[in-house]
Amino acid sequence: MSEYSERLLVDAPRKNKTQRLRLIWLVLIPLVAILFQVYVSRFFHRLSYLELPLLITVHFALSERRPIPALAYGAVIGMIQDSLTNQPIGVFGIAKTLVGYFAASVSLRFDVENPVVTFILTFFFYFFHEFLHWVEVRALLGHPLSFDPQQTLLFGLLNATVSVPLYLVLDKLKVAA
Amino acid sequence: MEALLTRYRNLTVLLIAFFAQLVLIAFQVRTGKDVPLLRVWAITAVTPVEQALEFVRRNTIGVAENYFLLVGVRSENERLQKEVGQLKLKNHYLQTQLSTADRARALGVFQAQSPSKMLPARIIGTGTGTNSQVVFIDRGSGSEVEAGMAVITPDGIVGKVIDAYPTASLVMLVTDPSFAAGVISQKNHTRGTLKGQGQPQAIVDYVQNEQKVDPGEMFFTSGDDRIFPKGFPVGEAAVVKSGKIFKQIYIVPSAFQTGLEEVLVVLEGVHQPIPEMETPSAAMKMLPPPPDAAATAGQANAGISALSTDADRLKAEYKQLGETQKHVYGDGNTRAPDLTKIGQPPKPEVPAAATPAGPTATSLQPKSATNDANAGTTTPPKPNPLGAGAAATSPGQNPKPSATAAGLTPQVPKPKPVTGDATAASPGQKTKPPATDAGLTPQPKPVTSDATAASPGQKPKPPAADAGLTPQAPKPKPVTSDATVASPGQKPKPLATDAGLTPQAPKPKPVTGDATAASPVQKPKPPATDAGLTPQAPKPKPVTSDATAASPVQKPKPPATDAGLTPQALKPKPVTGDATAASPVQKPKPPATDAGLTPQAPKPKPANPDAATTLAKPKLRGPLLVTDPADANPELAAPANPPKPKQQNQ
Repeated sequence: MSEYSERLLVDAPRKNKTQRLRLIWLVLIPLVAILFQVYVSRFFHRLSYLELPLLITVHFALSERRPIPALAYGAVIGMIQDSLTNQPIGVFGIAKTLVGYFAASVSLRFDVENPVVTFILTFFFYFFHEFLHWVEVRALLGHPLSFDPQQTLLFGLLNATVSVPLYLVLDKLKVAA
Repeated sequence: MEALLTRYRNLTVLLIAFFAQLVLIAFQVRTGKDVPLLRVWAITAVTPVEQALEFVRRNTIGVAENYFLLVGVRSENERLQKEVGQLKLKNHYLQTQLSTADRARALGVFQAQSPSKMLPARIIGTGTGTNSQVVFIDRGSGSEVEAGMAVITPDGIVGKVIDAYPTASLVMLVTDPSFAAGVISQKNHTRGTLKGQGQPQAIVDYVQNEQKVDPGEMFFTSGDDRIFPKGFPVGEAAVVKSGKIFKQIYIVPSAFQTGLEEVLVVLEGVHQPIPEMETPSAAMKMLPPPPDAAATAGQANAGISALSTDADRLKAEYKQLGETQKHVYGDGNTRAPDLTKIGQPPKPEVPAAATPAGPTATSLQPKSATNDANAGTTTPPKPNPLGAGAAATSPGQNPKPSATAAGLTPQVPKPKPVTGDATAASPGQKTKPPATDAGLTPQPKPVTSDATAASPGQKPKPPAADAGLTPQAPKPKPVTSDATVASPGQKPKPLATDAGLTPQAPKPKPVTGDATAASPVQKPKPPATDAGLTPQAPKPKPVTSDATAASPVQKPKPPATDAGLTPQALKPKPVTGDATAASPVQKPKPPATDAGLTPQAPKPKPANPDAATTLAKPKLRGPLLVTDPADANPELAAPANPPKPKQQNQ
């Protein structure tokens, strides 16, 4: 990637970014996201398609722009998710680790505060996350999990749609570093 | 190496994290063991929050949720209650339909088994007034319902139709104070008159204290009233007490015990026998009847049990006559039996061709009249077939007594000259109304002298006593409906011939002048016969049927019993014991028995061969068909005593 392209994709204000989430939010937000997934889905089954932990991971990675904290954050959230399932720990961990890493890496080159960019990135990482999860389940665990690309694309669009206002809310929680 | 790691630090950390988790997965999958530490931490971190959320939810949202659920429950409860109500109604409706179907089926079965022609009807209302004892049924004159028809159920009689409208009919119940019907007890065969009292219980009146009626004894219709065919249940005697003269018998109408909804209107009634009481067990030894009783039981039928009633003996006589002449009662295709030969041994019939020219018995109506004539007279010894009499009494001619009487009762020692009864045989002539001899008296009570004389068990009385003037008649109780029927002032219907009922005239009476009187075109003269026979008749008045019948101008007064019983019966609807006269489709035909007694001879109608088993119907109702003449005749016709000339009371 040339210097010119980097200038096109990354505007000036991003370079002067100094706002970050507090530690408490870094703990509570993924916890709330996981609780939402395991608790709210009990009453509203149709909300189970929302992968809030993934959205939180992507948001964190795009916000931090540092791959190592992002992959660590993703790995922890993924492993907590695995802990609340009946599958081996690490399946969601690996997927979210990779998502965090690549999301943090991409954020260095894109203006992730643009809602359209965040929408497209979220849609892409959701599809990437689901694909990784399917590969892991079939390759590592040997479970015959089906992968429906059409349904996955549809759910990716829905999660991307939800991510736009969610990221705006989460951005409000940031404070100047 | 260190520079490499520093330069690719991010990628290195990624690979480490990736492979670490990969190894972790591989370990779990390979060993089948879990990593409890991570799970415990995760679950411990998440589940308390879940519990708190659930608690909050249960106490906040749950309350609201329960409220809405209760609201839903309330509405659901109302809906379910409404549904339960509808189901209850439907269930009740279906049960009602089921019971209705059962009752309808029972009615259908009863209707199919009963020989009477009946019409099912439904009670659709009651009369106005708190003490109303009338109901409306949904069948009217459009359904051939007429006033005077009996209304029954399989359980018993209900009442009678007193008014028939096009679409409905008014039925007077048996509990109505003005209702009355003739009844007979099952066990002791005690006759009485059922009267309503406006109460659930009715009474059976006119039962002498000396007569026996047991409490609980079942009463059946006797057929005397000409409304209810004989043999229908009425009710059980609930209370039986002795009164001043008559017993006080209270019965509970059996038809009302199960409620009234569907009834049957008897369009054409058929008399049926009274069901017998249950006989004692066969193991019980019973003594033979006393010899004297057996001797008096029946002169004509020695085989009949002495314990049987007059009606039974008469029934046996009819049966024997039917068997002898190969006549099937109730079958209109067979020739009418020669009722004059009751009690006589069968004799070979003389061919009809041997008789002089004239209408044959089978082709002409006067046959019955002829029979009547024969019956009314003591016939000469010359045997003559049934048609002989008819031939002798050709239409338009005055009867020839000798011819008609000939041979019908050859064994009669002293043939009695034929009276004007033969005149009645002439179809084209006016004949006198049938003399309502004992044969017409439905009740065996010696109401009339004839009735008294007609009792087969009694010894023949001298002619003087016969004249119906017998002042010593045990029961001056008036007259049966037959008497009324015989009233000449009304349209009489042919009555039963006495002849058929009294083939043997033990005491032939020289009847004179009857033939003259019998002339249909002549004005009836005072019957010389009667005059001559019973000059000493103390009272022509006796309320005998004959007296009533003989009175040409005087309207028949309904006897006290009959008045209440059957208003229709009071109308001059002679009921016939004679088959010929009983044709329901015929116009009133003058009874042929006592020509001399009839001042006006009604026009004789063509005989109906089927009528051999029919009774004349009352004016407003269909005929009472008699399957067995013995069933009807015991009440309606005279017993097997020789006919005696009637006394005409003018």
